[in-house]
Amino acid sequence: MTGIDYSQKIPNNVDLKSDKRLQRALESWQPHFLDWWGAMGPTDYNANDVYLRTAVSVDAAGWAQYGYVKMPDYRWGIFLEPQQADRTIGFGDHFGEAAWQQVPGEYRNWLRRLIVTQADTEPASVEQQRLLGHTAPSLYDLRNLFQVNVEEGRHLWAMVYLLHGYFGKDGREEAEELLERRSGNPDHPRILQTFNEPCEDWLSFLCFTMFTDRDGKFQLLSLAESGFDPLARTCRFMLTEEAHHMFVGQTGVGRVIERTCQVLKDGKDPRAEGAIPMDIIQKYINFWSSSSTDLFGSEVSSNAANFFRAGLKGRAYEERQPEHLAMEGVYNLPTMGPSGITTEEIPLRNAMNEILRDEYVKDNEKGIAYWNRVCERFGNEYRFSLPHRRFHRSVGIYAGRHFDLEGNPIDEATWKANVDRWLPTAADKAYVKSLMKPCYERGKIASWIAPPAKGVNDQPSDFEYVKL
Amino acid sequence: MTQTTEKASPTATAGHAAPAQPAVDFRTEPAKYRHWSLTFADDVATLTMNVAPDGGQRPGYELKLNSYDLGVDIELADAIQRVRFEHPEVRVVVVTGGIDRVFCAGANIMMLASSTHGFKVNFCKYTNETRLYIEDASENSNKRFLAALNGTASGGGYELALACDQILLVDDRNSAVSFPELPLLGVLPGTGGLTRIADKRKIRRDRNDVFSTLAEGIKGKRAVEWDLVDRIAPLSRWSEAVTEMAREMADGLPSGADRKSIEWSRLEYTVKGASRIYGNVSLVVSEDGRQGALEIQLPKDDAGWPKSAAEARDQGAKWWLLRTLRELDDALCHMRLNLPEVGLVTLRVTGPSAELAAKADSLLSDNHWFTTEVRHFAKRVLKRYDNTAKSFYAIADEGTAFGGLFLELLLASDRQYVLNDADAPVSLALGSASFGPYPMSNGLTRLETRFLGDPTRVDALRDELGQQSFVVLDADTADEMGLATSAPDSIDWDDEVRLAIEERVAYSPDALTGMEANLRFAGPETMETKIFGRLSAWQNWIFQRPNAVGQRGALHCYGTPQRPEFDYRRT
Repeated sequence: MTGIDYSQKIPNNVDLKSDKRLQRALESWQPHFLDWWGAMGPTDYNANDVYLRTAVSVDAAGWAQYGYVKMPDYRWGIFLEPQQADRTIGFGDHFGEAAWQQVPGEYRNWLRRLIVTQADTEPASVEQQRLLGHTAPSLYDLRNLFQVNVEEGRHLWAMVYLLHGYFGKDGREEAEELLERRSGNPDHPRILQTFNEPCEDWLSFLCFTMFTDRDGKFQLLSLAESGFDPLARTCRFMLTEEAHHMFVGQTGVGRVIERTCQVLKDGKDPRAEGAIPMDIIQKYINFWSSSSTDLFGSEVSSNAANFFRAGLKGRAYEERQPEHLAMEGVYNLPTMGPSGITTEEIPLRNAMNEILRDEYVKDNEKGIAYWNRVCERFGNEYRFSLPHRRFHRSVGIYAGRHFDLEGNPIDEATWKANVDRWLPTAADKAYVKSLMKPCYERGKIASWIAPPAKGVNDQPSDFEYVKL
Repeated sequence: MTQTTEKASPTATAGHAAPAQPAVDFRTEPAKYRHWSLTFADDVATLTMNVAPDGGQRPGYELKLNSYDLGVDIELADAIQRVRFEHPEVRVVVVTGGIDRVFCAGANIMMLASSTHGFKVNFCKYTNETRLYIEDASENSNKRFLAALNGTASGGGYELALACDQILLVDDRNSAVSFPELPLLGVLPGTGGLTRIADKRKIRRDRNDVFSTLAEGIKGKRAVEWDLVDRIAPLSRWSEAVTEMAREMADGLPSGADRKSIEWSRLEYTVKGASRIYGNVSLVVSEDGRQGALEIQLPKDDAGWPKSAAEARDQGAKWWLLRTLRELDDALCHMRLNLPEVGLVTLRVTGPSAELAAKADSLLSDNHWFTTEVRHFAKRVLKRYDNTAKSFYAIADEGTAFGGLFLELLLASDRQYVLNDADAPVSLALGSASFGPYPMSNGLTRLETRFLGDPTRVDALRDELGQQSFVVLDADTADEMGLATSAPDSIDWDDEVRLAIEERVAYSPDALTGMEANLRFAGPETMETKIFGRLSAWQNWIFQRPNAVGQRGALHCYGTPQRPEFDYRRT
């Protein structure tokens, strides 16, 4: 069944009404979720109509239905891709066995940990972005922010459904705790550090959706391969929505670049015109891409090997791999030897985090190429680049050492001498912050960003995306 | 990947080849610590674990996430010792982690996987003793220990916390206490964890069962509810909560502010091949590397001996008695970790007379803080002797002087050979030392344990002592009263002792270790005997089984792409 049952308190396509126990559990969690949204979401806009997309079914025709809705009334629900008959596990030691419809007891704790870690990032980003509504550069962008927010909320629902549906009492407790941890809270922070970083300006938000949400995409791709079928089906549908978030990031940063290119082409000074100089944009890219690169975890990981062999978390696009056991091969990992960088052979399974990171880096490169095409279009010679994955890392084998943007090891003094050229300085942040003024007149746009190429759902440029 | 099968001995094949690894040095001091910092604020000491990942004792593993090896534990043991002797004013020791969101991840798995079985056993034994020293300090040294778990404490990390009096866990909705050994590694916690949750914290059996099979552990309120920890505190007021709890614990104890500390100076010795020659003690290893001759040399006379506890304190670490105990302790550690092939150790205490030996410990019954500390240290050294997996023969021949505290060493040995010859008189001196101050881990004195089946023997010896501080027993009397295994005369002596030694060194070392452990600790069980007994019986057995260390054993597979495969037959 692909159609979503909106007659229920909790919209779903999993026939929730026939599972009374689960329905009751989720219905008792729902008010806590709404309380959380009321406290930690974009609360100052709860009364406004927002032109949002809501899924009415998970197929191509139904997942994007547009209309005005007040955010607290958004129909958060549970949508899974349809079950494929006879699906088998696609990798690891259980390769070829029937996919699990229930949690295998042996892997229960690992699975729960994987789901909780993924789930924790969803409400975290809503919390990180909760005040950005006050400084959006246009109604179009404001609406995109809210779309991202409600969908992150829905992704939380997707994960909570798994916790409630398959993990008993522990799962329900974990679901409660997802609402208790808070981004940046000193007492109960979010699990992963990137999700405790403040996201206070729009350039950060756009970089976040470009780089951090792209980590989410690859985590979801690897979980979409899971031998635990309900997790795989949930993640596949989440990927559809996640793609929009990256669209916001990629085109958003692209529009910032476009605006600066336009100012430069007109022979004017970006700062005088309230645009953002290229080097500051590059520094934000450096910060957010390196911080998000950390999210893939250690290069050599027993957990990753365990998750792979157990059939819980695969590689992105596992079906494209030549073989699916990954028992034999090795991954050539550059490591820091006494005399510079040397290569170490890591058993393939232990290198799964790095293999996923490879795909992520490739994907990021495409985004950079897109931005450089903007420069080309304006005849601007500036070229953006993705910092090397070793640059500015806090997790894994490169953490605690210094590398330049090309990934060459450097000493502390060199780092200190260059860090202000590579990462946003306090002055850079202050300048970006000074530009953050709301621009909520229909059809108008702030000075630091170009208008979008086209409207949401082909709406005209002066469309009232949010009724303020 | 590392091999877990027995490889070449990790240390010197004494007398033959050069050591494959440098011998372990047990001496350290705070300025040289690589993994801990020890700071003081009035009567509260803070011991912070911040293990240097590249600071492993040998190459081949990285000490990630505050995981430890023997080198880390040697520093911990040193710190506890120093807090007792160099900081008697301290009432509370806070044990905490210096890494964000991590307290301690326990013993390093890669280190264990790449160690010989013998090393693993002795590593565990040493770390167990260190944790028992924490509990001993709490019981006898006017100190309490607060485990301030600033992050997750797993395996040996939680076991370290369990050795403390109170456990405070940070409540960040993430940090937990856990025993992942069984579910993840197919082995058991090796530092008394299972014994302490059952016998010390007395947690319900079914909850212990759930907890010990849950790799990710238990956090927050439930950890308190199950009594796995005593309190939780939020991150934002973590340091206040630690300070408050430490203050509360300190205020419950009498002040130690007027105690004048001593300097715990560096122990010096000379290395001669596998042998170590100290000031008053020597451990000489035989040519073939199989035997050790341990000799304790008493001073020639009592000139220069302190006359009071206060004078003893003024002599501090230079006091010959304390120095002798430290040397003996180091020699025991050396033979355990560096000399695996030494199977039999003969012990001689030499000096002008047993009488003089018996006078040596007279100050230790004083309740001055310093002499009390030395007394408890002597107790711990004797226990370390009890727990050393070597055969010990006490040799009381001409020139020996087993008396008082030193008579305990004779009684702690597996056998006692006493020369009984009118032409070469040997005497033993029995003192109050044998009737209480130095209990074994089973809670009994060595005499009570020796005569478990006939307590009147202990009474008879006590009557012999009467109101005196010691009584000298000639060889004949000692033999009659049951203190000698054998008391040959000069004609038989050499052969008898030689044959006993040659016979012993020919037996299976494994069987000897097991037999001695069975026979040494007669009588009641205590938490301490359970910890060592179960370490030997269960943990060491599991550590040898294919389900742990076979090609597809869980410990072997951990960190590799392979899943473990078990032989599911129960034993």
